[in-house]
Amino acid sequence: MRPETTRRLRTTVAVGAAAIMAGTLLSACGGSESTGTPVLNMYAYPQQHRADIVKRCNQQAHGKYRIDLNLLPRTADQQREQLVRRLAAADHGMDILGIDVTWTAELAKAGWIRPWTGSNRQQVENGTLPAPLSTATINGTLYGAPNNTNVQLLWYRSDLMPKPPATYQGLIDEATRLKKAGKPHYVEVTGAQYEGLVVWFNSVLAAAGGSILNKAGTEVSLGKPAVTALSTMSKFANSAAADPSLSNTQEDPARLAVEGGTAVAEINWPYVYASMAADKPQMLKNFKWAPIPGITGTGKATIGGENLAVSKYSDHPDLAFSAALCLRNAANQKYGAILDGVPPTIESVYHDTRPLDPNKKTNAKTNPSMVTAYPMRQAILDELRTAVSRPVTATYQNVSTVTSTLLSPPKSIQAVSTERALRSQISDALQSKGVLP
Amino acid sequence: MTDDGETRQPRDETRAEADIPAPAAGPVAAATGAATATVPNGARRAALSEGRRSERRLGWLLCLPAAVIMVVVTIYPIVYAILLSLQRADLRFPNDNKWVGLTNYVTVLTNSFWWHAFAITMIVTVISVAVELVLGMALAMVMHRTLLGRGVVRTLALIPYGIVTVVAAYGWRYAWTPGYGYLANVLSDNSAPLTQQAPAVGIIILAEIWKTTPFMALLLLAGLAIVPDDLQRAASMDGASTWQRFTQVTLPLMKPAILVALLFRTLDAVRIYDNIYVLTNGAQGTSSLSILTYHNLIGGLNLGIGSTMSILMFITVAIIAFIFIKGFGTAAPGSDNAGRR
Repeated sequence: MRPETTRRLRTTVAVGAAAIMAGTLLSACGGSESTGTPVLNMYAYPQQHRADIVKRCNQQAHGKYRIDLNLLPRTADQQREQLVRRLAAADHGMDILGIDVTWTAELAKAGWIRPWTGSNRQQVENGTLPAPLSTATINGTLYGAPNNTNVQLLWYRSDLMPKPPATYQGLIDEATRLKKAGKPHYVEVTGAQYEGLVVWFNSVLAAAGGSILNKAGTEVSLGKPAVTALSTMSKFANSAAADPSLSNTQEDPARLAVEGGTAVAEINWPYVYASMAADKPQMLKNFKWAPIPGITGTGKATIGGENLAVSKYSDHPDLAFSAALCLRNAANQKYGAILDGVPPTIESVYHDTRPLDPNKKTNAKTNPSMVTAYPMRQAILDELRTAVSRPVTATYQNVSTVTSTLLSPPKSIQAVSTERALRSQISDALQSKGVLP
Repeated sequence: MTDDGETRQPRDETRAEADIPAPAAGPVAAATGAATATVPNGARRAALSEGRRSERRLGWLLCLPAAVIMVVVTIYPIVYAILLSLQRADLRFPNDNKWVGLTNYVTVLTNSFWWHAFAITMIVTVISVAVELVLGMALAMVMHRTLLGRGVVRTLALIPYGIVTVVAAYGWRYAWTPGYGYLANVLSDNSAPLTQQAPAVGIIILAEIWKTTPFMALLLLAGLAIVPDDLQRAASMDGASTWQRFTQVTLPLMKPAILVALLFRTLDAVRIYDNIYVLTNGAQGTSSLSILTYHNLIGGLNLGIGSTMSILMFITVAIIAFIFIKGFGTAAPGSDNAGRR
């Protein structure tokens, strides 16, 4: 009898232990599935008030889903790396992805994000500006919901430069004049070896009537317009307008050079306005904006921003689509635009004059509206109508890296030979044949 | 023989049975000695008794887990990398993967970025290892001779080596950042050394030296310890000066230790990654081979080209190790004699 009892006891213990282990495992995997609410994991770059927007959508969902916000690293390269590594590994732990406009084609071509179809697509396209929409549309299929957009403007000090020039030559002339007068004369551009340099080149190239790749993103375009653009950049980099540290200027040093009083103007994103208001309020009244400069007239801006995509490996794609629609609806875009300074993609938001809390009076500090936070909103809208996107290709990362390497430092650009080098290296990069620097 | 530890018994028994002399000392022979001993010719195998055979089977069984783990964690990834290097394999074009033979090798070896990174890697390696050897030797002598507070001196000298490389690299980066870096502020205004090629490479080398000189010193200290004091005293009785004693007695006796230290540090320096990643991430032409490989493999998602680079780096490291072991007679770890045969 005794051995039998021992055996039974052992069996009981074993079964019990197995049950406990299985239970632990299940609860670890299931998340809050046990409570009935599916969890949608959102991965996006850190933005100050994003968590509030997520909270608003979670409340509106009434238990249909719960969005969990996960933050990606700070720099764009690190964000992309984390996303693509997990997507390449078919990670089911990601549902909604906040992606840079330039990665949309790459992730779509690799088959890692789902197309927006039917009524979801209609809701995205309804009222959204065409330029941001074009960054998410690849060969006629929509792969992302534009959540915010961005264009650079020419920001200048009206006390030094009363009339902003429309061309780079005009800027060079103004800088020469100011230099002779012994006044601040640098015009800041993003000339460091990084994505910002590609943005600058892409804008100048668009102003010259060209593009880096053809429309389908399959072949190098460049050619004569590129030679014009490159000689404009080279001329600018060797003129009185160029800051000596042009070859390592990124967005923030450019902003600081104007705020610090060493530069007269900068080509930069709209966030510099809020920054000037906070850092140097006494300079704000002379801090004006104008359209981005071009070659023969006003230029064309390069579009930036974020698209929301749904991962191919999401276990709840339908819920993820409706959650993404909530995150980027007009009310939430307005909230993000006013509090975080990210320009909306829905046109009506630009014309919305009501403050954040419509029941109270508008106040620039306590209850801001699009009018108080975005005095330059019409300029942004105007630029968005002519804005161009960066090459829409799956190999954008390669194209961008090669371009910024070959154009750095801008002082040493030789229009004809640099165009030839760009052509051959980008052509290799497109076929993922070349070596990335 | 039978007095040996239990685990070694089967191997030594077989060796006696097979009547094969103990393997010649030397890295290759030492490593393969066991294998040759366990594969005697057919006639002798037949003569093995049942007990011996089962003992040998036990030996194999005991080795098996280690062998399986080695295959899984080391051999498989290497073989997989070799296979990938012969394919067009790009994660963004999963449907376009195909065999391309040696095309990737031609692409990489005819590319200027690759050779530029190769040159930078070699410059960093040669300069940093040479300086480390001199400084490390000086540091080792100090640590060896210090009578007072020996423990404190050794601990202080080893601090840089104890700091995580990435953390140390961030320290260097901030020190050289204009505005708030204490080293950048020493320079004239508006100079940002990390954004220009030559100064940036200089800073990378400096960071490497600062970080790994203690490691060099540690290896050399072990070498110094084996130089008998009697010889030093005898030399000084014969009228040798301090410098003569150092060059004629200490250095020759330390040669194995110096060569091992050089080999370790050279192989380490060729693979330099973390310092460059933090300091410049390869901008302004400061990419090393590892950084270039990382950018192509992880950033570019190009598994074919990236694996080709990994294999080429592997070959580079193997060639350097070969030169050290065959050319200079560096002893490999685990053997007790110079490797030259």
